[in-house]
Order: sequence, then C-alpha cells, then structure tokens
Amino acid sequence: MPRQPDQREPILQVRDLVKHFPLTQGILLKRQIGAVKAVDGVSFDLHPGETLGIVGESGCGKSTVARLLMSLETPTSGQIRYKGQDISRLSGRALKAVRRNIQMVFQDPYTSLNPRMTVGDIIGEPYEIHPEAAPRGERRRKVQELLDVVGLNPEHINRYPHQFSGGQRQRIGIARGLALNPEIIICDEPVSALDVSVQAQVINLMERLQDEFGLSYVFIAHDLSVVRHISDRVAVMYLGRIVETGSHQEIYDHPTHPYTQALLSAVPVPDPAAREHRERIILRGDVPSPADPPSGCRFRTRCWKAQRTCAEVDPPLAVPVAFQGARGPVAHDSACHFAEEKEHVAHG
Amino acid sequence: MTTVPLLEVRDLQVEFHTRDGVAKAVNGVSYTVEAGQTLAVLGESGSGKSVTAQAVMGILDMPPGRITGGQILYRGQDLLTMSEEQRRKIRGDRIAMIFQDALSSLNPVLSVGYQLAEMFRVHRGMSRRQARARAIELMDRVRIPGARERVNDYPHQFSGGMRQRIMIAMALALEPDLIIADEPTTALDVTVQAQVMDLLAELQREYRMGLILITHDLGVVADVADTIAVMYAGRIVERADVHQLYRRPAHPYTKGLLDSVPRLDHKGGELYAIKGLPPSLTSLPGGCAFSPRCAAATDLCRSQTPAVVPVAPGRVAACHHWKETLDAPAA
Repeated sequence: MPRQPDQREPILQVRDLVKHFPLTQGILLKRQIGAVKAVDGVSFDLHPGETLGIVGESGCGKSTVARLLMSLETPTSGQIRYKGQDISRLSGRALKAVRRNIQMVFQDPYTSLNPRMTVGDIIGEPYEIHPEAAPRGERRRKVQELLDVVGLNPEHINRYPHQFSGGQRQRIGIARGLALNPEIIICDEPVSALDVSVQAQVINLMERLQDEFGLSYVFIAHDLSVVRHISDRVAVMYLGRIVETGSHQEIYDHPTHPYTQALLSAVPVPDPAAREHRERIILRGDVPSPADPPSGCRFRTRCWKAQRTCAEVDPPLAVPVAFQGARGPVAHDSACHFAEEKEHVAHG
Repeated sequence: MTTVPLLEVRDLQVEFHTRDGVAKAVNGVSYTVEAGQTLAVLGESGSGKSVTAQAVMGILDMPPGRITGGQILYRGQDLLTMSEEQRRKIRGDRIAMIFQDALSSLNPVLSVGYQLAEMFRVHRGMSRRQARARAIELMDRVRIPGARERVNDYPHQFSGGMRQRIMIAMALALEPDLIIADEPTTALDVTVQAQVMDLLAELQREYRMGLILITHDLGVVADVADTIAVMYAGRIVERADVHQLYRRPAHPYTKGLLDSVPRLDHKGGELYAIKGLPPSLTSLPGGCAFSPRCAAATDLCRSQTPAVVPVAPGRVAACHHWKETLDAPAA
C-alpha cells in the first residue's frame, strides 16, 4: 500500500542544522583550538505517518542528529521546527510540552533500562514527568495495556529488566516510548543489538504500531537492508552532511551519488549465486576526521571521480544539473558534481 | 579421498557450570575443514558457535567450562589428548585466531610493531632487528599505508579497520594452516567490512589456509563460504554447500533465518519472523531444541531428539521432517 505523505504539511522540518563540539586545550585557561563538526548543515522534512531512514557509517553524525531532534543537545545553529514552531532553543515548560510528542527508542536494550526499576516503573515513568497524561489511578492499567500492545505478558509488570531477553527488553523500550502517545518516535539503531530471528519480530512490531497509532519515525541505522525495509524515504549521511536523499526506490535502485553507490555495493547480499557477477566498489582509505573535513565535497578524498572542482566547490544537495530535465527516479537530490546513474548496485 | 582433513571436530561436548545449573553449550558438534577451504559457522547468540572455536583454539575458560567429550583432530592428531607441550606447538603456530574486537585484543601500552615482532622473537627466535623488519613487511602485506612510519604507533592511533588488519597480520605472522575468525567484521562499517573480507579471502587463497568463519551475518557467509554449518542451541542443525543451503534449506530453522532477513534489493512486505526465543541452555526442551519455535513441529519432534542424518551427498541435517522442508517451494 503506497502511502502518499507528501500531500500534507510536514510534522518536523529541520533546516541547516549544525552541531559543532569545541575542542579545547589547557586546564585552567581553556582555549578553543578547533571543533568537531559532527553535524554540519543538515535539512530534511518528516511527514505525518512516514518513516525517514537515516543511514551512514560510524562518525557521520547520524546519532548526533537524533540527540538534537530530542533536544538532548543544543544546536550550534539551525532550526528544528515541530508543526511550524522552532523547538531547538526551547527550555523549561515549553520544552517539556513539546517532548511529550517526540519520544525516543535507544539502541542498547541492556543499558537503556534501569536495572533497579521494575518494568512497570520503567514504562510508567513518563507519567511521573507528565502527570497530565494519565491520572494516577489509571497508570497501572495503562502500563499493562502497553505491555500487551508490544507483545509482552501484562502479568510481568513487576519483573526486572534482567529477567527478559534482549528482544523483550527492546519491546519494553518501545512501550516506554509509546506511553505518552507521541506523534514522532526517534529510533537510534533500535534493532542492531538483536539477533536476526528476534530482529524480524521487533521490526514487524514497529511497523504494526506505526499503522495502529499513525506514528512518524526517524529511523537511524547503519544496516542498509533494515532501513530499506522500514523506510518510505531515505537520507544518506557522510561526515556531517546529507549527501543524497529520496524515496527508497530512488536511493536503492537509482543511486546517483558515488558514496551511496559504494555503500550499497559493499553490503553483502544473502545470496551466494550473486557473488560471481557482482561489482563491488571498494573505497580507498578511511573517513577523514570531522574536526578537519576536506574542502569542497567531503567525499572527494575517497572518491574515484574526484576532480579539481570537487576540492573547490561544495556541491549543493539538489537535483543534479544533468538530471534537472529528467523525469522518474533519477531526478532526486544528490550532492555531487558528477552524479551519474549506476543501476543495480544493490542487486546481484 | 582418503587424506586426513586439516581439522576435524568429532562429537564435541562442552558444558559450563553456572549458578542455574549445567549449561550444555556445545552438544555433539562435528565438522571438518580442508586446506584452502572456508567453513562458515552460522548461529545466533548462545548457539555455541564461539565456544566450539574456543575449544579448538584451547582458550576456553576452564572452569566454568569443561570439555566432556569428543575429539579435535589436527591432521589426525587429537589436540585434547596430546601433551601440553605438543599442543602449544600446534595452537598459536599452526592454528591462529582473529577476534571481533581488535581494540581489546591488542595490548594498548605496546606499539603494534612490538606486538607483531614479539611473535617472531618468541616463536622463531629472531633478533629484535630481524623481527622488526618482518613486522613492517607484514603490515605492508595487509595494506597498512606507510607501514614503516606507523610501526611504532599504538593501537589507539589506528582506525577500526586498520586495527583489524593488524589482527590479521598477527594471525598470519607464523603462516598458519588454519585461521579461526570469530565475527571478524561485526564491529566494522560496511565499506570497511568489504575491504577487510576481501583482504582475508585474498590471503587465504595465497597461503592455501583453511578458514573457519564464525558469524551471524547471512550476507557475509553467502559472499565467502564454501560450506556452512548452522548451529542452534549447541548443536549443528544443518551442514551443506553454500549454494545448496541458500537455494534449498533442509532445516526449518535455516529456512526461517533466510526468510527473516530484510533484503537490500527489494522492499518486501511483512518480514517472516521465527516466533519465540532461543531456549535457555540450562533447561533445553525435550526432543528437538527448536521444536517450541518450529511451525512444522509434531509430537515426534517434542519427544525425540533428531539425529544428524545425511540428506544429500555432502550435506546433513538434524530434523525429523527434513524432506518436507527440502522439497518445499522457495518462498
């Protein structure tokens, strides 16, 4: 069932989001000697009911984006507009009110649940912070309902996290995220710590909950296959920037940015018949330090197409000139001077 | 062929004594690896895949672990019954291991050059100078740029991919016959994973080494393995040639795993999910350990443990109903 979320007003608009972490030297007289440019100009929209996948390798800034969206970090500059209102610099009561609608599910179900609290207390904790969400007398019943919704036994409300397996703990984390009936859930690598057979259960659960409650997801992961499965639209990040973005078909079947192409070609496909005739793009070297990113295009130091222009002119994230008249899936945003279609990189 | 295989594990049994009772981590595992061949041992957490490898390598924590039965034959000699001295000559020298986490496997206070050179000084009695030259050679061999300048760097000064290359260099140092790689690329990003797996495959071909690749990643396995052994709750449930296994799995667990991975090349609908959870090793269900999660389980499965039986030339499975699974049309 193809959803058409673009018809409606975006629920979340991120514009030129920047987060620099200062690097300092000295103990008493701290001098700033530079900055780690973790997120360096990121813009995207999230529509109601859709899933935006953000993929990228370690250090690309995807988790910092998640923390910024949750107001766990204050951006250096840029805006995060929730229903038109900039929430990036809110504090106190106003911030608390907005947070009710934006919740988070974390990667590690082993460290994100307090081992000394019962499952009932963990899932019910959001009600302590937002007492208006549920009257005291009804909380226990609500928590039991939530346990049931995520496929756990409601009678286990008094158990502790260690009595559950990894997959069950992730369900507890999801139930906590759902407690306040949010509109947006930010998921930072929610299934990467799980085994394959359990991962499929949790992904199916998240998709079911999205349909049931009309949730919007920002789904951050490094596993490209999982992201394709769950996302309507995908943004590929490299060194603090989005380098290519579009619908899942556009990105996976018609990538035009060399980094996306290399990334997709490197994913091992679970089909031994594909290994003989599959073209792999093996990238040279490592990701440069975000404290000192390359001039111009940030990918140029590892790119096989790089030319002089790439070092001088920073390519904008827009439909490349070559495809501007084109129709169909190649005409999507790609930050590359030499964007080219390369079909079937994700296929056998 | 009547030649003795490079490594043969026969009916290996390993137990762990825990507070909750005896956990049967490995329960009758058998496999063989030939020179130049890659055997992938596939399984989820707690399936016993790493414990088997640790037993082969002789690095099992004992206690609480205990090898209660079976044989580990290296070129026909049983590693479990030979003298400690003989055993040490084989393990480390002829069999080497690569671990998942390179940062915690390398000593943080010694330079990588020192750690590589140490192998040659201890095992080959080389001088400091000779050993250092060999260390640089090895770093070149695993394609670390500027090996000569970086030989005195410490592990933390290298990136994750580079550290894993150093681990590979260490494993290769004494030109072993067999390498055991336990989740060698799990901690790495995909583009770096591709670099490292490529390097490993190339070196294996060049030195004609046997490789045991322990992993949970169905994609990596499909790329490099010749044979696959799928483990579940301490037993091998299916062992087959990689092409046959992916095309027509004979065990419902293998089939379930293959069906539950999201695909990169198409979006697909709802994922197939194996219901339930892997069993606790201290209280395994009666009969087939997979029966509580198996859609095809019958009373026979719940009462009798299926034996590992041949289902086709060169392939075995441990399922009472392997025929039905094997003949089922592909999903």
